[in-house]
Amino acid sequence: MAAPKTISIKLKVWRQSNPEAKGEFKTYQATDVSPHMSFLEMLDVVNGDIIKAGDDPIAFDHDCREGICGSCGAVVNGEAHGPKSQVTLCQLHMRSFNDGDEITLEPWRASAFPVVKDLVVDRSAFDRIIAAGGYISVKTGSAPDAHCLPVSKVDADAAFDAAQCIGCGACVAACPNASASLFVGAKVSQFSLLPQGQPERKSRVKKMVWQMDSEGFGNCSNAFACEAACPKGITVDFISRMNREL
Amino acid sequence: MKLHSNEPDGKLSEKWEKHKFQMKLVNPANKRKVKLIVVGTGLAGASASASLSELGYDVHTFCIHESPRRAHSIAAQGGINAAKNYRNDGDSVYRLFYDTIKGGDFRARESNVHRLAENSVKIIDQCVAQGVPFAREYGGLLDNRSFGGAQVSRTFYAKGQTGQQLLLGAYSAMMKEVNAGGVKLYHSCEMLDLVLVDGKARGIIVRNLRTGELETHAADAVIVATGGYGNVFYLSTNAKQSNVTAAWRCHKRGAFMANPCYTQIHPTCIPVKGDYQSKLTLMSESLRNDGRVWVPKKKDDTRKPSEIPDEERDYYLERKYPSFGNLVPRDIAARNAKEQCDDGKGVSESGLAVYLDFRDAIKRDGRKAVEARYGNLFDMYYQIIDSNPYEEPMVIYPAVHYTMGGLWVDYNLMSNVPGLHVLGEANFSDHGANRLGASALMQGLSDGYFVIPSTIGNYISSTDLPKVSETDKAFEDAKKECQDYIDKLLGIKGSKTVDEFHRELGLVMWDLCGMARDKAGLEEAIKRIRDIRDQFWKDVHVSGEQNNLNQELEKAGRVADYMEFAEQFAIDALHREESCGGHFRTEHQTEEGEAKRDDENFSYVAAWEFKGVGNAPELHKEELVFEEVQPSQRSYK
Repeated sequence: MAAPKTISIKLKVWRQSNPEAKGEFKTYQATDVSPHMSFLEMLDVVNGDIIKAGDDPIAFDHDCREGICGSCGAVVNGEAHGPKSQVTLCQLHMRSFNDGDEITLEPWRASAFPVVKDLVVDRSAFDRIIAAGGYISVKTGSAPDAHCLPVSKVDADAAFDAAQCIGCGACVAACPNASASLFVGAKVSQFSLLPQGQPERKSRVKKMVWQMDSEGFGNCSNAFACEAACPKGITVDFISRMNREL
Repeated sequence: MKLHSNEPDGKLSEKWEKHKFQMKLVNPANKRKVKLIVVGTGLAGASASASLSELGYDVHTFCIHESPRRAHSIAAQGGINAAKNYRNDGDSVYRLFYDTIKGGDFRARESNVHRLAENSVKIIDQCVAQGVPFAREYGGLLDNRSFGGAQVSRTFYAKGQTGQQLLLGAYSAMMKEVNAGGVKLYHSCEMLDLVLVDGKARGIIVRNLRTGELETHAADAVIVATGGYGNVFYLSTNAKQSNVTAAWRCHKRGAFMANPCYTQIHPTCIPVKGDYQSKLTLMSESLRNDGRVWVPKKKDDTRKPSEIPDEERDYYLERKYPSFGNLVPRDIAARNAKEQCDDGKGVSESGLAVYLDFRDAIKRDGRKAVEARYGNLFDMYYQIIDSNPYEEPMVIYPAVHYTMGGLWVDYNLMSNVPGLHVLGEANFSDHGANRLGASALMQGLSDGYFVIPSTIGNYISSTDLPKVSETDKAFEDAKKECQDYIDKLLGIKGSKTVDEFHRELGLVMWDLCGMARDKAGLEEAIKRIRDIRDQFWKDVHVSGEQNNLNQELEKAGRVADYMEFAEQFAIDALHREESCGGHFRTEHQTEEGEAKRDDENFSYVAAWEFKGVGNAPELHKEELVFEEVQPSQRSYK
């Protein structure tokens, strides 16, 4: 088996040692990068070299590395999650780059997502939005039989499309206003499409939007950058639905 | 010590109802004075937190992630079983119970498994009420599919993202309680120790991963739901942060670790490609409903799959197991793939892969139908492998996926340490030596929504729990031990990275404690694990400092625990002189190469007591009593 052709990449990475520190870009060279590597595996290799050189490795969030946990994410050459459509950073592979490319890597930029360290940001604002109303209030044990409420397949499928959100925050990072409208719109829509979600329908959207605003996310101005950046292909139709629900 | 399950007497199907009545209750007004710690926010931890808070308990929930929604349950793909019999195909609580006991190769506790099957139907109701968007049919009712190891269609699903949808359901139920004030949530916190006062679990030590600070938290009982230990193999389908640390530190405080060698190697994963590989990706077992597994009949066949005519293909699962075909349980499918590759029939550049082919399904049902069922899985495969599974068969190979072993618990899900309860994958209880597909989600939610809310009350109301404070000596001592441990790790300043040691350990585990094990190999593994561990403590380089976000330090603590745990894993595998489920000892097989159990000598749960690092752990046995089902040689032919 012939060794795959490898490439070299120049990385400009945002380094910031803590929330208060003033960050800066630092340059690293990644050599012998296999095109089969994932982007994060390339970062692992770079970090191995940084550690051996006695420095602090680049901090980045990641966990499942299969595009579902929503932990990873960085702005790659100005694009949230990088150049490929509907792909998280962990599922981006180095075959998307060419030998000699220069890659600039930044954390999500939004005042509601303060930087913790390097590429790691604090997205707990999303949890607070969910806590404000992103649920159907049903206590354990009190549910009726699952088949007592038929749901049309069309509605169920649309609710699923909305429910696919992984909470990564790319929509916020991509939005010129750092709005969380796609995130909130998706959750509001999931429940408003389902019969189970009807009793709290009116109050849910108000509570969630109010929380979004008080977290410091901006307004939606129909730039649609969120839809383009969303790794799960969630569409701005759900923002329209949220606005109708309000 | 002889271990007892503490289950009630009587008829199996009536045990849980009877137990619920016999258990003592906590007065509603008193519940708010009872403080409970829950560690982990996967399906088990999140559902437990929500349900306990709804009952009125003062719940304090901890997770290592920056958000509880990131827990690894989110990655489960295929589905969740429930004995609803919506398909009218002969399913029942008893059949689900029977399939699970048999699937586990008769190494699970009957009473726990029956309760699991009973609860399964309520889980679906609960999740639907929460707004979990399960797949539906045009009539508006829920759709089902069949899954490995079962001949009925009892699996509920949401495309290939069932775990995500169920976890978001449990997460939102918990966030509702956060909002109501019943759950206090601590994110980015890693449990480093269990604190015992008068022999009872009364609190934990955590490290705040953002600030590095060590914190003490006291409570009336501790519930650990921190998942499995598959990452002891380094490469597995587990998320990178999944770890054994919380469970192992409980073990070092006296909780027994049961059946650690029972590991599930999942048959359908994307094969390894290079040394840099950081994890393996699962392709849901549901794919075996429509995909046909095959290898070329000829050894070292280098032709493209499309150039190999049907008569020169060996659909070996269909050939060897005509009644279950491609739907045999995971352990059997995995072992057969290894066998074919060992025999020189493996495909792909490495020769360590077999085909999973959708050609016939697409011909039969059309591309659209296949896309509706597996679209997201096909996309994920395409992203990783850069080959289109609609046109070319997938290449797959087994990978470590789930761990059936875990902390020993009784029928109440309490460990041998009073007050320490263990839920979900972190305990050993329901899957025996092999877990059937779509059963993990069921167990996590059964434990969290329906079991612990009942059993914890009985413990609280029947136990004397004097007030303890976070400044008590037991807490201060445990905190100091954690601090010393961290100082030691940071102080080594050796020459190798944490990942390098973890990879080295993983290779030993995969080669010698993986899909096939034997005595000589396991003895060699123990020797090598000890060597790697010695080297680790001399030569690891943990960069950075304690009082900051330090991902290397987090990894180092977890890998250090894996190095201790791995030895016990191998000791357990060595002691179990039989083959059962996922534990395959090459010395113990039938003439046809199937696992050969030894019920006379090994029909027990092996629960190990910690006796110090490098010392032989002490074995305690819980005899497995089969009153309902007669253990037999599993046959899927």
